[in-house]
Amino acid sequence: MLDTQETGGTSRRRVLFSLGGAAAVATGLTVVPGLGPRLAHATEAEVTDVITEMLGEMPAEGAISIDLPEIAENGNTVPLSVEIDAPMTADSYVQDIMVLADGNPSPRVAQFHFTPMNGKASASTRMRLVQTQNVVVVARMSDGQAMMASKQVKVTIGGCGG
Amino acid sequence: MARIRPRVRVPGEAAAGDVVEIKTLINHPMESGHRKDEDGNPIPRQIINRFEALFNGQEFFSVDLYPSVSSNPYISFFAKVDEAGEFTFRWHDDDGSVYEETKGIALS
Repeated sequence: MLDTQETGGTSRRRVLFSLGGAAAVATGLTVVPGLGPRLAHATEAEVTDVITEMLGEMPAEGAISIDLPEIAENGNTVPLSVEIDAPMTADSYVQDIMVLADGNPSPRVAQFHFTPMNGKASASTRMRLVQTQNVVVVARMSDGQAMMASKQVKVTIGGCGG
Repeated sequence: MARIRPRVRVPGEAAAGDVVEIKTLINHPMESGHRKDEDGNPIPRQIINRFEALFNGQEFFSVDLYPSVSSNPYISFFAKVDEAGEFTFRWHDDDGSVYEETKGIALS
């Protein structure tokens, strides 16, 4: 099972590397020659892709509280809580919180859609992490403003999707 | 696959204006589509891809889920309760099935 996963990952990595590179150029990000091997981290580029597709650009770092273990012994079920201290009124509320993981076969994990009726921009779930990686959280407010935050989780035994 | 049975925890009552926590769980394999069986054949993806929460018929919270969500997906969130009524929760399966659960809440 590990073999097949790694093979799949390698080919995807190659495809995404070229896609990610193209996207970076298209969005005006500077691609520094010599940083190739770092960009080859497949889904790191894909995470950027998903975010720019959603928002048009990469948002600034913001006050998003991400509750995740520093070390996950079991990557099959890693508890995650996200929260933003925002008023949640009809005039101003957190509309979307998107959770992405830059080392999984596919970067999207979950997207939460809130309304003022939530009273609180906070949600929890449990996620799979196949390896040590960054969990990236992006939030969009009702006025269109956006922000992001990320946290690394060290994974002892990766979640193989089972 | 075992029978799908959603479970939801909602307080039975709340004071008007209270923000209450809602916890949901549904037993489901969340088959990611990335795995292979013993013969090396890919196991097709089958996940819960969407969750919705409604209060008195109005949707107030939803989640798009992807294969990176763990099996037996757990989702918790909050609701501001201004009136008595009924919560409806819906889970949408890749196979088209929709699982539904309802819970009432009274004003204290």
